[in-house]
Amino acid sequence: MAKKEYAFYPGCSSQLKASASNYLTSVNSMCEKLDVKLTEIPDWNCCGASVGYAEGGELPRLAINARNFALAETHLPGQDIVATCAACWLGSRETKERLDHTSQLMKETNEALAAAGLNYKGDVNIRHMVEVLIEDIGYDGIKKPVVKPLEGLKFAGYIGCQTNRPFGIAGESFENPKYLDQMVETLGGEAMTSYDQKVTCCGGALAFSEPEKSQKQIKDIIESAYDSGAQMLVTPCPLCQANTEVYQSEINKKYGTKFNMPVLYYSQLMTVAYGGSIKEAGLDGQLIRAEALEKICGK
Amino acid sequence: MTTANQNAVERYRNNFLKEVEANVEEGDMVKMCMQCGVCAGSCPLGPHWEHSPQKIFMMIRAGKREEVLSSDSMWMCTSCYNCIVRCPRQLPITHIMHGLANYAHRLGLAPKGQPTREFGTLFWNNLVKKGRVNELTLTIGHYFKDGIAAGIKTGLAMQAVGLGMVKAKRLNPMEIFGGHAVKDLKGFHAMVAKAQEIEAKKKGFTA
Repeated sequence: MAKKEYAFYPGCSSQLKASASNYLTSVNSMCEKLDVKLTEIPDWNCCGASVGYAEGGELPRLAINARNFALAETHLPGQDIVATCAACWLGSRETKERLDHTSQLMKETNEALAAAGLNYKGDVNIRHMVEVLIEDIGYDGIKKPVVKPLEGLKFAGYIGCQTNRPFGIAGESFENPKYLDQMVETLGGEAMTSYDQKVTCCGGALAFSEPEKSQKQIKDIIESAYDSGAQMLVTPCPLCQANTEVYQSEINKKYGTKFNMPVLYYSQLMTVAYGGSIKEAGLDGQLIRAEALEKICGK
Repeated sequence: MTTANQNAVERYRNNFLKEVEANVEEGDMVKMCMQCGVCAGSCPLGPHWEHSPQKIFMMIRAGKREEVLSSDSMWMCTSCYNCIVRCPRQLPITHIMHGLANYAHRLGLAPKGQPTREFGTLFWNNLVKKGRVNELTLTIGHYFKDGIAAGIKTGLAMQAVGLGMVKAKRLNPMEIFGGHAVKDLKGFHAMVAKAQEIEAKKKGFTA
């Protein structure tokens, strides 16, 4: 397989000792096995995420995203920008779309960028890691490095919102995207196709500001995973992961439930199936340990 | 009334739709709404909206400026984008809700103490400070927004979660001393300031 190279936009939550640092660990392990080279965009900044609008407005949000584009164009010319975080991907894609379509905003954004000595030409291509896996590597390519199939393990594929809407993965529906299930099956696991909360919102940033309302959402997401027969939840989004894992104990307190379901990233499943260790798969970063997966690592 | 709000009222008189079209992100799409209500039925926090997006759009056309801009509703948006992908007229509803919330916030009309308004402001200021989000100071800032006593209470209630995150190496207590940052912080700040300046001028936030 020829080595594939991308300009990598890890995002704030994937940094060392941040809430999704185990996502990054597993992405790095996964990419090594797939012969994919990720080069971090030098000096990248935050995308503004979904609640940045309140104080950030429109142009400042476009400008911070365009700064990453300008840095990628300059230092990693010709490489697609790849994000692993749903919000980073969405913020970047939205910005690119807005700047491509509205020359006035492109002009104003470049006026702002000039204050940092930068310029955005409009050449970048923004992609999610899942797109890279499905479109550039393909399911056959994902399968190739598998040495420890995830046999007998049952996963509910929880895609959430922002990896799915408004852009989503080409060829997939908004209401019932199937790629995550297919990835699970490709790795030898069992996908719970009857899982009916795969695109339900976890509350996003409102898990902070509106905890009761968000935890009601999360309760439905986890409960339905149990109902489907799943042992674990798997997701492509760092905020979905954090919200659905971290708040299970709070929900248990409030609702008297006994939730204790591990929530994994697709990249952790892949790293384990590729023969990676607990550490390489970032399984030591789980609040609710995924013992069934750890067992496979130890085999 | 803030000066920016006064100016907007005088400038647009009784035409609130025109004001929204000119000053709110993607506001020029509001008039495309055909009042089908799919957005209202698609929102995960739908039951908590006093006015659904569909109602907000009609209220804008009816000139209900005060009611719209002081509404709690737009702040219920979780940015799930269900409304956008389901809207038969392809209105960028999520963006318009964000835009309305931001406009109301800038004019000082948004509800005081609205939790998502406060958290969103905290989030933006946090990221601008270093160019990257500091999850520790963001969380602490959020818990202590209603004062020290309330902060300690929330902090204690969430203690197990916090310690679990630290143990899993997903929260770093040392972030209190600064944490991750962009290297060209000076350039980053100059760029954000310039963008704010252009936007404020364009939307009449400055005199």
